Amino acid sequence: MLKRTTGEKVFAVFNIIILTAIGLACIIPIWHCICGSVSDPMTLSAHRGLVLWPLGSPTLDGYKQCFKNSSLLRGYLNTILYVITGTAFGVTLTVFAGYGLSKKLMWSKPIALYITFTMMFNGGIIPTYMVVRNLHMLNTRWAIVLPTAVSVFNIMITRTSFASIPEGMLEAARIDGAGQFRILWSVVLPVSKSIIAVITLFYAIQIWNSWFHTAIYVTNRELYPLQIILREIVLQNSSSGIDGGDPNEVNLLQVLIKYCVIMMSIIPMMVLYPFIQKYFVSGVMIGSIKG
Amino acid sequence: MTSTVDKTRFGYRVKRDFRENWAIYLMLLPVIAWFFVFHYMPMGGVVMAFEKYKFSKGLLGSPWVGFQNFTDFFGSYYFWRLLRNTLLLSIEDLIFSFPASIIFALLLNEVRNRFFKKSVQTISYLPYFISMVVVCGLVKTFTEAGGAISLISEALGGPSELISNPSCFRPIVICSNIWQNLGYGSIIYISALSSIDQELYEAAKIDGAGRWKQTIHVTLPGIMSTIMIMLIMRMGQLMTVNYQKIILLYSPATYETADVISTFVYRKGLMENDYSYAAAVDLFNSVINTAILCTANWLSRKYAETSLF
Repeated sequence: MLKRTTGEKVFAVFNIIILTAIGLACIIPIWHCICGSVSDPMTLSAHRGLVLWPLGSPTLDGYKQCFKNSSLLRGYLNTILYVITGTAFGVTLTVFAGYGLSKKLMWSKPIALYITFTMMFNGGIIPTYMVVRNLHMLNTRWAIVLPTAVSVFNIMITRTSFASIPEGMLEAARIDGAGQFRILWSVVLPVSKSIIAVITLFYAIQIWNSWFHTAIYVTNRELYPLQIILREIVLQNSSSGIDGGDPNEVNLLQVLIKYCVIMMSIIPMMVLYPFIQKYFVSGVMIGSIKG
Repeated sequence: MTSTVDKTRFGYRVKRDFRENWAIYLMLLPVIAWFFVFHYMPMGGVVMAFEKYKFSKGLLGSPWVGFQNFTDFFGSYYFWRLLRNTLLLSIEDLIFSFPASIIFALLLNEVRNRFFKKSVQTISYLPYFISMVVVCGLVKTFTEAGGAISLISEALGGPSELISNPSCFRPIVICSNIWQNLGYGSIIYISALSSIDQELYEAAKIDGAGRWKQTIHVTLPGIMSTIMIMLIMRMGQLMTVNYQKIILLYSPATYETADVISTFVYRKGLMENDYSYAAAVDLFNSVINTAILCTANWLSRKYAETSLF
């Protein structure tokens, strides 16, 4: 081990300080929401600046209000429905496409180009809106799930991963008389659990967090996912998130409810986070090999 | 003579390929159909930019107006404002957030304590997974009157409400972009850093290079091709500013600096139903984008010997 010079030691200390500050900056806004969501509503509405510990006596009143609220609960259930169906649809199409493109066929290259070209050029918001409108999908659940169901990046990382499976394994199955669907199901998928986990997470998180397409295509409140309700409560300061009660009380609870709703959107992510970040990193790595 | 032979051979090859691989083509069919409907049909739909589109008359029946929508846009009061805002936001974002991930990766690379390194890395990915709506909600909470960042600004003698102040809008968007993407953007550089040959460092040490010189002469050249690829991809999105974030954060009070081409398209097209005009503005935006991407790629291939395609 070489000795470190004084300059290097000073740098090492500064480096640790800077990185600790970055780490804190990443986590403090979330901590602020956690503490805000269990604070006393009265103290919280009067408070200015960061909330680094629960204000007043900790209370779960905000969460209780949220669970009493019908549009919020419906939004939550809708989001779960969209995540499950959208992810199932996206993953199925992506696995088929990834497997198909991992083969060297006569039309492989044109098909790959056909798919990747859409990353370079697209028709834009308005023509896409027109297509969705002409398909009579406006104000339906289809419009929330279908138009963003498949991602080119996910197809490409799936292809890269499938292409690295030894040809011998597939050949052996073929000699045994298995068709392509059979091979995909019982040879390729069992050895590709991690890439399936990666794309499942990519799709699920994307759908859980998406709001823009719904905001464009859907005006029926019954179909709203959580993020749109969140937008109303958090950004448009609408009190539609709070049912009944006298207006003063609603005003008082507004800030508290804001933090509770934010937490309700983040909590599933936080619970799965150790699992998520591991697979996310490996997904990005596979993507970078392809360049 | 030869061409007829080639044709039959081509036809024969097509038939044989299909007979052998029909199952695989069947698997590719749903994805081909999906891209056709949600990407290629909209691409065909851009002809509406040259029409006066009426929903009742459809794409083929609406009257043709040529480049009128484009000339209207170029001559309008908004054109320069939108172009300026789009380019400034995008270039400032490129200048500040693109190097941020690289610097973060380099700093992490210098840490010897593996536990500390791993912890900071894991925490830094967290903001990437938080939804845009929540991020914007947090930004608004911190930058409105009485928010944590506004209080700091007030204490330093600045404005007491940042989010409604036009001169603060771009810095707010850029800082929140950095917050969201710093860790996630560094993954690719960290992996590139780990693949640098350790012997190069040993050789540099023998030549008497300290950590700083090693960074300049070994580390940076080692990740240069990754940086170039990421830069080209970033250039291709120069006009695609993060419009979802802007739509969530701006207000008429900040349009002066916050309104960009994409948000203008959104308002014109989807809120005022001026479809053709909005489609023309959007097309102008994507053509410039594609042109910048191709130029960046060409320059990089010529001077850095790295290219995307």
